[in-house]
Amino acid sequence: MNEQEQDGMKKLLQQALPPIADDAEEQRDLWPAMLRCMDAKPAALPQSLSLWFDGALMAGIVGVVAVFPSSIPLLLYYL
Amino acid sequence: MQNESSDVLNEFQHGDAAAFEALFRLHQRTVCGWLLRIVRNHAAAEDLTVETFWRIHQAHARFEPSRGFEGWARRIATRAALDWLRTRRTECELPENLPAATTADPAMRAELRAKIALAFSRLPPKLRIAATLAVIEELPGKEVAEALGISIAAQKLRVFRALRLLRKDLQRQGITP
Repeated sequence: MNEQEQDGMKKLLQQALPPIADDAEEQRDLWPAMLRCMDAKPAALPQSLSLWFDGALMAGIVGVVAVFPSSIPLLLYYL
Repeated sequence: MQNESSDVLNEFQHGDAAAFEALFRLHQRTVCGWLLRIVRNHAAAEDLTVETFWRIHQAHARFEPSRGFEGWARRIATRAALDWLRTRRTECELPENLPAATTADPAMRAELRAKIALAFSRLPPKLRIAATLAVIEELPGKEVAEALGISIAAQKLRVFRALRLLRKDLQRQGITP
């Protein structure tokens, strides 16, 4: 596709889908919805706890692989 | 562009709830407007604004106050919009009910517009976002690239690929641009 064809496509797209006006966004206050979302979703784990969990998971996987080496292909399949 | 004091940014980084609320109130309109440009649907843009700020809230510890809030929020919003576009099925969504900066070309038939819009909605989300922001919204390449977290060259390539795919799709339907 050469530059002229690109420009033609751009023009066609702009004619079909005009840009959104700058003042199109609504003024509605979304803070109440934000509060509801924060109440509904669980808080993220603290970073230290998250690191501890990652470490424990890794140790568990290494332990399983050490005891059952035949599980390596299965593990690789699911990774 | 809104500015906030470095104190608020530092407090937000340390997880202060009041600082988060201040940033939310200061930036919600900008973020919602950005998302509206990408998804072209008011309800979805509002839901994604809340989702974006939820992600922002969860990632406060990774925020770097020296790099500013708006660009960071825009990248997170763009990622949220990309996830949203990936999870929904392809469908025709003409922005007929949205206030447009310029009206659609009256010379172009509604049927043709619908076909182009449908073909555009079939593009891969990554390409569609790049083309929406760079071609339809005519935003500067640097701004689009930053929001997508890619280089300007990669952004131009995505736009090029989007236009090429769109052209092929339209040609299959017998529409010659």
